[in-house]
Amino acid sequence: MSGGLLLLCYGNPGRRDDGLGAAFAEAVEKSPPEGVTVEVNYQLMIEDAARIAEHDAVVFVDAAVVGPEPFDFRVIEGSASRSFSTHSILPEEVLGLARELFGSQGKGYVLAIRGYVFEDFGEALSKRAKENLSAALDFFAQFAERVVDSTQRAERVRW
Amino acid sequence: MNANQGSKRIVIEPVTRVEGHGKVTIQLDEQHRVTQARLHIVEFRGFERFIQGRPFWEVPVLVQRLCGICPVSHHLAAAKAVDRLVGADELTPTATKLRLLMHHGQFLQSHALHFFHLCSPDLLFGFDSDVAQRNVIGVAGRYPELAKQGVLLRKFGQEIIQATAGKKIHGTGAIPGGVNKNLSPAERDLFLGQMDQILGWSRSALGLAREYTLDNLERLAPFGSFDSNHLSIVRSDGAYGIYDGLLRARDAAGKLIFDQVDNQEYDRYIAEEVRSWSYMKFPFIRSIGPELGWYRVGPLARVNNCDFFDTPEAERERQGFMELTQGKPNNLTMAYHWARMIEMLHSAEKIQELLHDSDLQGEDLVVEGERREEAVGIIEAPRGTLFHHYRINENDQITMANLIVSTTSNNEAMNQAVRKVAEDTLDGVPEVTEGMLNGIEVAIRAYDPCLSCATHALGQMPLRVELVDMDGNVVDSLQKG
Repeated sequence: MSGGLLLLCYGNPGRRDDGLGAAFAEAVEKSPPEGVTVEVNYQLMIEDAARIAEHDAVVFVDAAVVGPEPFDFRVIEGSASRSFSTHSILPEEVLGLARELFGSQGKGYVLAIRGYVFEDFGEALSKRAKENLSAALDFFAQFAERVVDSTQRAERVRW
Repeated sequence: MNANQGSKRIVIEPVTRVEGHGKVTIQLDEQHRVTQARLHIVEFRGFERFIQGRPFWEVPVLVQRLCGICPVSHHLAAAKAVDRLVGADELTPTATKLRLLMHHGQFLQSHALHFFHLCSPDLLFGFDSDVAQRNVIGVAGRYPELAKQGVLLRKFGQEIIQATAGKKIHGTGAIPGGVNKNLSPAERDLFLGQMDQILGWSRSALGLAREYTLDNLERLAPFGSFDSNHLSIVRSDGAYGIYDGLLRARDAAGKLIFDQVDNQEYDRYIAEEVRSWSYMKFPFIRSIGPELGWYRVGPLARVNNCDFFDTPEAERERQGFMELTQGKPNNLTMAYHWARMIEMLHSAEKIQELLHDSDLQGEDLVVEGERREEAVGIIEAPRGTLFHHYRINENDQITMANLIVSTTSNNEAMNQAVRKVAEDTLDGVPEVTEGMLNGIEVAIRAYDPCLSCATHALGQMPLRVELVDMDGNVVDSLQKG
């Protein structure tokens, strides 16, 4: 058990704003807050469940096709899979597996950064997506500080 | 007058992503009999145009952006084509075996994902059981060890890929004419230490798929099943092969349609048809024509097509598999799962064999040769035969790219499977029942289709089933999730 906060960022950087997750990871990794582990991938995988179980909390970071601007941040619970193909797995499903298979007790959050351009090939984020990314990064810096602080306080109480 | 007047369409549409979603339409006549079934897969075809003008050596890395589930397959198919472009007709033993190890790692993790995450709930709970239970969380609750094995098998496969390709996804291991690294003794020993467990879990999964198929044969034999041709590569000695081989096609009765076809000549034997209602192409065997020349690819076709496996346990299992149909091709859609697990065990055996081969620690990684301006790379991806065909100009830029992906080849077969299930579940009433939806999903799942996962943004919607008439009026609907 390594503890701390796991940041699971994903998406296809080759499809414009679908690369918001990867861009978020790149920005956080330049100066990662203490206690935060950053992972970046093309998409979620079932084995991410094992990684989640090693942490106190997980934040899934992805681009959003629809939803609030500049981003949506919400608590999620684990759930069963509804997919009929190997090509789709949701944050709730990965968290559900982490709970069921690996006994994870950690909290789960989704940070869905609103994007606009998904159908073009290319690595550049749209102007509005960049603005949303910046707002999401500001929010996360404060969130990470709060979460890691509270985790460390809990550790001290346990001692 | 509308030619379809009086008929109805049933629409099953899982709107899962910006693109890459599937939709099923079932056309009925006035007596509510099925006249046509179509699985619409929105496959983005722009990639072939996108890479035109790019330098050819970028292609093995670029094409992995097509898919996050089987990037290794695109990486290796493109690398094989690029090898030919640089005149590297025979790679060094180290490069060939490193690539083969990477490919078997890919098969192991991809087949494990499909079996444990998607297929095992259908098998363990029955595909008419409650959907709230029939999922991987349900399996984790009732069979926690099995579910954990699935995750850890996949993790092992991903780690093999990482060690050989540099990254778990979108690696750079295969380069023009070879590979950019070997396998260190420390990496080898780490994997060897896990092999007994990996082999044991693969045997258990295969046992489950085999026993399930045999125990439920009466029900499974007609389920979504139909006769078809089968296509794959096989090695020059007829053995099962996934990285290097020659094209072979058999008909439903086992008669060879063609055999030992050089990869570079694939388009003399395979043609592609465009249909107005789908973005996907429909490949067919030229000598038979588009109507009857379609074929199946993937685990079922590969096990049907090969003469033998070159590993003892998989070969013994293949013989048992072929006994069921007296040595003729097995045409049962649900036999895909059994065949897939034979392949998973074979990959585990091959990984063990390769890890004991000192060539993996060799230093001779790259060869060169005389440049060409056109090349084809064909491999077997987990879902079936994958074709990459490129032409370049004097400035080394791609001028033409043609990709035939596995799901494109299985396109017509999946239509047939959906049609068969719909025919068997419609009971004179134009109604989308839970049973029909379950059956169609189970039949499509057997093929493990690639749904062109070019983007993966949040914003998904649940599965929605609609029955509409030809004027577009929804007369019945069913939503899942």
